[in-house]
Amino acid sequence: MANRINRDQVQHVASLAKLEFTDAQLDAFTPQLDDIIGLFETLSEVDTDGVEATNNVSDQLNVMREDVADNWGQSQALLKNAPDAARGFIKVPAIIDESEDN
Amino acid sequence: MNFETTIGLEVHIELKTNSKIFSPSPVAYGADPNANTNVIDFGYPGVLPTTNKGVVADGIIAALALHATVEQHTHFDRKNYFYPDNPKAYQITQSDKPIGHDGWVEVDVDGVKKKIGISEMHIEEDAGKNTHERDYSYVDLNRQGTPLIEIVSKPDIASPAEAYAYLEALRQRIQFTGISDVKMEEGSMRVDVNISVRPVGQEKFGTKTELKNLNSFNYVQRGLEYEEKRQQQVLMSGGAVQQETRRFDEKTGETILMRVKAGADDYRYFPEPDLPALNISDDWIKELGDAMPEMPTKRRERYVNELGLTDYDAMVITQTKEMSDFFDATVALKADPKMAANYLQGDVNAYLNDNHVDLQATKLKPANLAGMINLISDGTISSKMAKKVFKAITNGEEPKAFVEKNGLVQLSDPARLQPIVDDVLQSNPQSIEDFNNGKKRAVGFLVGQIMKQTHGQANPQVVNKLLMAALQQ
Repeated sequence: MANRINRDQVQHVASLAKLEFTDAQLDAFTPQLDDIIGLFETLSEVDTDGVEATNNVSDQLNVMREDVADNWGQSQALLKNAPDAARGFIKVPAIIDESEDN
Repeated sequence: MNFETTIGLEVHIELKTNSKIFSPSPVAYGADPNANTNVIDFGYPGVLPTTNKGVVADGIIAALALHATVEQHTHFDRKNYFYPDNPKAYQITQSDKPIGHDGWVEVDVDGVKKKIGISEMHIEEDAGKNTHERDYSYVDLNRQGTPLIEIVSKPDIASPAEAYAYLEALRQRIQFTGISDVKMEEGSMRVDVNISVRPVGQEKFGTKTELKNLNSFNYVQRGLEYEEKRQQQVLMSGGAVQQETRRFDEKTGETILMRVKAGADDYRYFPEPDLPALNISDDWIKELGDAMPEMPTKRRERYVNELGLTDYDAMVITQTKEMSDFFDATVALKADPKMAANYLQGDVNAYLNDNHVDLQATKLKPANLAGMINLISDGTISSKMAKKVFKAITNGEEPKAFVEKNGLVQLSDPARLQPIVDDVLQSNPQSIEDFNNGKKRAVGFLVGQIMKQTHGQANPQVVNKLLMAALQQ
């Protein structure tokens, strides 16, 4: 194994994704993820000297719409895909209020 | 041990656009839960956001109002986190190239002026709102996608009083641009606060704590004052400040530990692939800058230097753009500036407070306030009569017509007042004797009698003049 990613990092990424892995799963996923990163490393072989960094692969610029409100009236249909709904709200298991700012 | 304090403020301001930042759903309050949402707000698979041009314009306006440099090559970034009010599991915000950077506002604390730096400001989407009940929480995504501007201060704020002054300066400047209501009590302005202290001379900043539940400028200042002292005491007793989040208790004025921060946040920002980058032209910036209203600091200078108001008057009048515009319009109609300022601060503010309304929601008009002030200035009505007239103009009545209709005209003609004065003097010889014996109080009694005779319509100045002339003969 090339050690591009270690077990702790996999554990950390899993917790960010709200996933819980057993020890056995961590042992299995760590080398798999390492291989995947290895595959992407192929990209590093391309010579990018003198190429300006980009933050978007689209060559479009300044795509904006005018500030006009339009209610598509979809809320009832949208709620149908929610696991549960009540009184027009999406109903979820009780949240322990940790942080509602961002 | 002497300490210095460093305060950082992150201010979120909700923009008053018609539609959301990345979807055309309306931005409006009081709607039924989820009524103002669509597939984009819900973050359904396969949907594409589109940037609202109005939000970018507001971002540029805010940058200009806060003396910041507009970033002309700007783009959005993705901030990843899980929370039920955040349906995409990421927030579209700006991290790498925020729309404005390196701004400042000037504050005045006890007569000392200071510039407080703004490191950056970015445009982003708000999240939905959760309501918590016993076993379940309920999510309303109406607020999801409401445009926000986040304004981050530089570590220049050195005291809780400066933090208050900074927030007030920020609120005023943004309010004058008209891009937001900036009302903390309504949630259109929200403040996140962090504070650290360090011994004077120490180069490294102290460990900072974050404060929550600061729902007014006053609470921000009080929470910071408590926390400043607490951290100093921890350090003086040889302890170390922990990196933690604390909650301000409005009842006790204390801050209470909520949670200890374990490790840095890990939001894995990356450039938002769904939205093309923005190139903001010089022309657009110029166009928006040219259309900006005069800022409160400029207006205060004008009020003090050109109209002769006191610093205090000028400050009160420039609390909101509506008040300041109203004042300007009243003075433009030749009303005495000092009287206009007094009425706005006194009777008008009292009226607004009693009725819980904003100036623009009333029937008060600059033309009618100016009309009333001019009637006082030219002696047509007394300031006492003006009380009734003021009530009438709050109902949208024209002051001159009201005065005529109700016979409120002040009696200022000496030829008409002289016989009444003579009459009163004749009926009160005792008062004349008292006056001659040095009892000045007798004058007050005689004036009272004359006012009674004229049903309060006599001009007190003219009456005084006539009376003194008669008595001193």
